[in-house]
Amino acid sequence: MSVQALDNANYAKNIEYRDPLKNFHGNMLVYVHWEEHLSFCAALAFPLPPAMPFGALVSEVIAPHYAAHPDAARIDWSKVTWMIDGKSVTPDMGASLEANGMKHKSLVRFWTPGLAGFKGSAS
Amino acid sequence: MAPKKLGLKQRYAHMTRGLDWETSYQPMDAVYPFDSFEGIKIKDWSAWEDPFRLTMDAYWKFQGEKERKLYAVLDAFAQNNGQTGISDARYANVLKLFLTGVSPLEYQAHRGFAFAGRHLRGVGPRVACQMQSLDELRHVQTQIHTISHYNKYFDGISEFRHMHDRVWYLSVPKSFFDDARSAGPFEYMIAIGFAFEYVLTNLLFVPFMSGAAYNGDMSTVTFGFSAQSDESRHMTLGIEVIKFLLEQHPDNLPIVQKWVDKWFWRGHRVLGLVAMMMDYMLPKPVMSWKEAWEIYFTEAGGSLFTDLARYGLKVPKYADVATAEAEHISHQNWAIFYQYTHAAGFHTWMPDKAHLDWLSEKYPNTFDKYYRPRWEMWAEMEKQGKRFYNNALPQLCQTCQIPMGYTEPGDPTTIAFRCSEVDGETYHFCSDGCKDIFDGEPEKYAQSWLPVHQIFQGNCGGATVPDVLNWYRMNVGADNMDYVGSPDEKLWNEWHAGKVRDAV
Repeated sequence: MSVQALDNANYAKNIEYRDPLKNFHGNMLVYVHWEEHLSFCAALAFPLPPAMPFGALVSEVIAPHYAAHPDAARIDWSKVTWMIDGKSVTPDMGASLEANGMKHKSLVRFWTPGLAGFKGSAS
Repeated sequence: MAPKKLGLKQRYAHMTRGLDWETSYQPMDAVYPFDSFEGIKIKDWSAWEDPFRLTMDAYWKFQGEKERKLYAVLDAFAQNNGQTGISDARYANVLKLFLTGVSPLEYQAHRGFAFAGRHLRGVGPRVACQMQSLDELRHVQTQIHTISHYNKYFDGISEFRHMHDRVWYLSVPKSFFDDARSAGPFEYMIAIGFAFEYVLTNLLFVPFMSGAAYNGDMSTVTFGFSAQSDESRHMTLGIEVIKFLLEQHPDNLPIVQKWVDKWFWRGHRVLGLVAMMMDYMLPKPVMSWKEAWEIYFTEAGGSLFTDLARYGLKVPKYADVATAEAEHISHQNWAIFYQYTHAAGFHTWMPDKAHLDWLSEKYPNTFDKYYRPRWEMWAEMEKQGKRFYNNALPQLCQTCQIPMGYTEPGDPTTIAFRCSEVDGETYHFCSDGCKDIFDGEPEKYAQSWLPVHQIFQGNCGGATVPDVLNWYRMNVGADNMDYVGSPDEKLWNEWHAGKVRDAV
């Protein structure tokens, strides 16, 4: 243990881990970020069922939450490039989040070729 | 024969005589268990000189006089309806941010210094910590009294104490102090006494107090003057503690360096709220955040660390990254609040053209390229009746708890993502600085109360945004949302229409 505590022997037993998977009522945390569109100030967080198909993540979660951006209507979803937890991947839209290699607190980043924010400013 | 009057030094010696007695019923280590577990080695506690030699009776007398003056000014301000003379009602939002975000920290500092004072066995630091503990308690009281006058007119102030423990962005300053107060007394002294009160304090108080002066808020300015003599004592304690630890034993250096690195970075992240306040929230701006950073950190901090180099202490790690970020953080932070205005306890607004021009002038290297287009796009959307809101909750940094909106060093178009894996669990960070802090004590930060995760776990009043805002005790439609269209704006316009009528 790297914490120096008054009672080192008992510190580890008393740790209250705040965000384990079991605290999320059957969901897992998923973070999503649309690259080069910093109008959305940070990646978005969602609690989602691990069995949700990746395609449903795109159509039911990602698309509606980014719809306010003027670029959103012009996204060609077939050309989007994806990165899950630092690895470039081609997700299987029919398979579940879990089957696509995602776990609790996975980060999904996506790029939309040809769309780089308002006047190309990444906003 | 009249008794002879004692000199200051003699008087101090008599008033503190014997406070450092050796205990006999219990061993000293049992009475002072907290001052050894951090690994700090002290050979000679008496080497700590108290430069102020202030005794309790003198303290009460001096502070009592200062506060009588402060309250006289506050009374006069209230009687003259000083609130109608501020530059613009938007300014009141600076006070809301200060009261909800900073004043509760004064109380935390009071508790922290009381703890350090109890647990350091040397009499010098014990007396100094006790004085500072009382100062901090007075400061939170006088701040509340100062701002309470505004509470009669403006929204977003009345539930400040409740909000501090619950509202998502207030977990940033709150967790900063929780972190310091759950450390040992020496780390607390380096965190708050040195890193915050010495290295970074001018970046907190000068902006708020000169901001108040520039914007006609004489009550807050008077509070600032009243606190000033205390602040100089706090700074002296901050520099004293670092020199004392470094002079006592060479083994203390790596421990102290690690704390200085950590608390510099944590302080820098918290001060991002001040950066946003300076660049966006003052109707009459004082200077830009970047200018303040250059004066108060780059120059003043630079000479401080040159001075401390003789002890082997280095400039905090990532100071260069923080300096580079001074170009960006105010814009990135105001953008966060703009898009989450529905969940903020103060008003936001779109900067007007004159203000955008001011920012272009102050940030010639970056503003026009990266940030001005963002505001112009959102302004266009406002005009079309499609004001931009972010309707999902943001990913937060596990360490600083701020939405992960900061960009890669050297690339303002790409968010910086960092993570660590501990026991199969992933933790995310906004920066190398925050990742390093976590990696240094993962067991501590695995316990962070992250507001977004807590909402999803069902611990914040319910599953919908209105449920959560209700749990925050936010008066929806009055405390939150844009300034334009708010009850604050309506009241301000009425006051001004009244002034024009009276003049005619």
